[in-house]
Amino acid sequence: MAKELTPQEMLRIDLSPPTQDWMDIPVEIKPGIYCYPAKPEKLEIVGMPNAHEWNPLDEDWNLPEGWKETFLEGMRERLDKHRTFKIFMDICVRCGACADKCHFFLGSGDPKNMPVVRGELIRSIYRGEFTKAGKILGRLAGGRKLTEDVLKEIWSYMFQCTECRRCSLFCPYGIDTAEITIIGRELLNLLGLNINWIQEPVANCYETGNHLGLLPHTFVQNIEFLLMDIEEYVGIKIEPSFNRKGAEILFITPSGDVFAEPGIYTLMGYLMIFEHIGLDYTWSTYACEGGNFGFFTSLEMAQRLNAKMYHEAERLGVKWILGGECGHMWRVVHQYMNTFNKPVPTMEEPVSPITGTKFENAKSLKMVHMSEFTADLIKHGKLNLDPSRNDHYKVTFHDSCNPSRGMGMFEEPRYIIKNVCNHFYEMPENTIREQTFCCGSGSGLNAGENMELRLRGGLPRANAAKYVHEKYGVNMLANVCAIDRAVLPASMEYWCPDMQVAGVSELVANALIMEGEGPRTMNLRGEEIPGMAPAEEESEGTEDV
Amino acid sequence: MGIIVSLGAVLAIMVVAWIGGSISGLQPIFGVLVPYAAFAVFLVGFCRKVVDWAKSPVPFRIPTTAGQEVSLPWIKSAKLDNPSTTAGVIGRMFLEVFCFRSLFRNTRADLRSGYLYYSPSKWLWLFAIGFHYAFLIIALRHLRLFVHPIPGFVETLDAVDGMFQIGIPPIYLTDLLFVGAVTALLCRRLFLSKVRFISLPADYFPLFLLLGIGITGLLMRFVFRVDIVSVKQLANGLASLHPTVPDNIGSIFFVHVALVSTLFAYFPFSKLMHMGGVFMSPTRNLANTNRMERHENPWWTPPKFHTYAEYEDMYRDLMKEAGLPLERE
Amino acid sequence: MYDTGKVITGLVIFVGIFTFAFWYTAGTAAPRPEPKLDTPEIQKMAKKQCVEDTQFMITTHMQLLNKLRDQALRDGNRWYVNSKGEKVWISLQNTCLKCHSNKKDFCDKCHNYAGVDPYCWDCHIDPNRSEL
Repeated sequence: MAKELTPQEMLRIDLSPPTQDWMDIPVEIKPGIYCYPAKPEKLEIVGMPNAHEWNPLDEDWNLPEGWKETFLEGMRERLDKHRTFKIFMDICVRCGACADKCHFFLGSGDPKNMPVVRGELIRSIYRGEFTKAGKILGRLAGGRKLTEDVLKEIWSYMFQCTECRRCSLFCPYGIDTAEITIIGRELLNLLGLNINWIQEPVANCYETGNHLGLLPHTFVQNIEFLLMDIEEYVGIKIEPSFNRKGAEILFITPSGDVFAEPGIYTLMGYLMIFEHIGLDYTWSTYACEGGNFGFFTSLEMAQRLNAKMYHEAERLGVKWILGGECGHMWRVVHQYMNTFNKPVPTMEEPVSPITGTKFENAKSLKMVHMSEFTADLIKHGKLNLDPSRNDHYKVTFHDSCNPSRGMGMFEEPRYIIKNVCNHFYEMPENTIREQTFCCGSGSGLNAGENMELRLRGGLPRANAAKYVHEKYGVNMLANVCAIDRAVLPASMEYWCPDMQVAGVSELVANALIMEGEGPRTMNLRGEEIPGMAPAEEESEGTEDV
Repeated sequence: MGIIVSLGAVLAIMVVAWIGGSISGLQPIFGVLVPYAAFAVFLVGFCRKVVDWAKSPVPFRIPTTAGQEVSLPWIKSAKLDNPSTTAGVIGRMFLEVFCFRSLFRNTRADLRSGYLYYSPSKWLWLFAIGFHYAFLIIALRHLRLFVHPIPGFVETLDAVDGMFQIGIPPIYLTDLLFVGAVTALLCRRLFLSKVRFISLPADYFPLFLLLGIGITGLLMRFVFRVDIVSVKQLANGLASLHPTVPDNIGSIFFVHVALVSTLFAYFPFSKLMHMGGVFMSPTRNLANTNRMERHENPWWTPPKFHTYAEYEDMYRDLMKEAGLPLERE
Repeated sequence: MYDTGKVITGLVIFVGIFTFAFWYTAGTAAPRPEPKLDTPEIQKMAKKQCVEDTQFMITTHMQLLNKLRDQALRDGNRWYVNSKGEKVWISLQNTCLKCHSNKKDFCDKCHNYAGVDPYCWDCHIDPNRSEL
């Protein structure tokens, strides 16, 4: 198990696969790697099929009767629904360009974590069960039959992929393993084979509106706690509105930021920025989840959870939606939401009420990313900033997979960071921007029981962070993703202990000079800011900067 | 196992064609019937495969964005790596198809004393692009045997390709490149542990086939000379739909033709369909305009979700307590 | 989204390119060239036979010519002993072209047909060309 392995032991990774044929290597479901299965009731809440008790370590998974037909029928249906799936089943040439691009392969050396093999797990079924050559020639044509062992193997490796799309970037045909994993997980979900770390948030989100299952009043209370912290550290009293009709903008962010460190500091950042500019906006307790774990079970579930955003925007009569910092939320919002939903006629093309900037890139969906919004504010000089308050941070920026390869948002967060921090250093170029590495725990794999997998998958990112830590003394890993904020602290503690993790908006709020604020001797974490001693004169002196 | 089976299959085709080609009664089969059938299978099979792909819709717009998106007017967007216009998509696709842009990005990762190192790795790109362009030029050059009069561009290609005038007849640069690149691609599969691990018979077979095609071609040109006039008569006959099989064409020619025919016939049912697939891959051929325009999904169904009314019914008391506004008291 | 129009256009282009040889030929095969052997010098010969047998000369004359050129010019040995043991004086213009004095109707016929552009004539001139 991970806890017992030191980083040195964990680093004994052999990236050379054995000479054995991969189809001959039996699947092994290992503690530390696999996630606990979904509880049946969590599947039943959202009406997902074949909910049953099972244990991945058992020989018998209590598979529903006719599971094979269900799986194959599901495959056939998806081949007909997704051109991607059909083409990706047919055209992979196994050139190997993707092989060493996957963080799970680099961190584990498990050759079946090479993206091409992850695809081949399903492609071999496609060939063996759907093509004539595969049916006749079997393994000679690269085909195999769907057996229980094969199903277990697929389950194991579909939940060792974070859908980060790094392999897709390098594929000469753009074969997207995320697409294969998404469909692979859909097929497993037909048999009730989900993991609980995904399914429970889905069930929660479906009813309460957020992954954590925070009830309406708790959601409000949590934010009120953070408002009290702001009052203490900043000396400003903020009174945001909830479920308010007639607000201009609806703000939606991942619920993780309402709940856990260091995401809460990012959320405090949002509150302060909005207060500072006097934004006419509202929170919603109904549509209070930016993230979408439904996306990690099936596209249908993703759509069902996502539908709440527009539904609430329409009910409240807002003009447009502002979205907080989150990775997979923005994959869903940017690439799927506009197709998942019919347009809401009452909404309008987003225009920043502060700067008048039209967000033309969002004119149809009517949803703007917090970093786009903030970068525009800074560009127009609408934020009064003192970057020296972040001087004790040497900052690097971790591009989250989804806003990078499913959207292309690279400059906005960097522009913001450079305006609110004086010390910014990039990690090596093969580990940032479109080539960025996953945190290691995305796509619902941020459970506790699979910590070894998470740490292994987090290695490439942590390694790059360690590099800038050692070279430049970088001590702050900034990001725009709630899962990053939830999981990178653990990864950093293991691989690069002196690295802290923060959302970009936290850094903005640290630097933000608010009207009527008290002496800013503490940052949003309630820590003393070095060089900003409590003495009155000194703090006033710095405010003149 | 895959290696031996694939090599064996290619050798078997060669032996059969050698024997068949040396029996004059069978020559019409190997010289006319087989090539026609193979080419028909190729054309029909290719189109059917593409049509089959096209029957499945592209329900979502999911380009892999490899550069800055279009957002604020003062931020420069990556027009080719993250296109937002049709022209940008055409540019991106041009780079993919003609320059193997994604493959050019390739890096290799090494773990040395606790650090991961990434270095550019262009070998695969080099072998791949070398092979593909060599193959393209060789195919175009072969038109001199199929059509008459010979188009100017074919003569030009021929002259440029043989411009070093080494040997008699002059050796074509693309022939060397072709055999060299295919050999290199084969060696990757044989000797690099990762690539060997993922290789199937379906990966070795086309490489052996291509190598066989290249070698028999070279042999015909330099060692077992065949009467090029008879070869052209046969090829031109095929193209004009008046096939004839002249006497005295060496058996090696029929081996070459059999291998090419196999390639054609095998094509639509294999990974070689990446030729069509690269154009149709939705992660590359879609503009990143997701928030600018709505992308329709033909199988869209309205989502069954927990509506606000249901939510309020479920939590009305709690909401009331928290002072949240309600639709119905 | 199906993009039917684009897919069909793509397929039409694909088929168009791959069947280029068919429609360019338009059903007419070029007649097989018959190089003429009726020059006065050949007609004088009792046994109409080149320096090697005909099939060999058809397929391999370029390699033989190349070999003989090297032998004559680089080694200075202008006698070629053929497979029957006969000695032949090596000279393109005075031996080869003495019989085959009809470049247009002999050499060029096949070369043009097969799209071959030998570099013989970079150095040599056709002694029988009409401009002379």
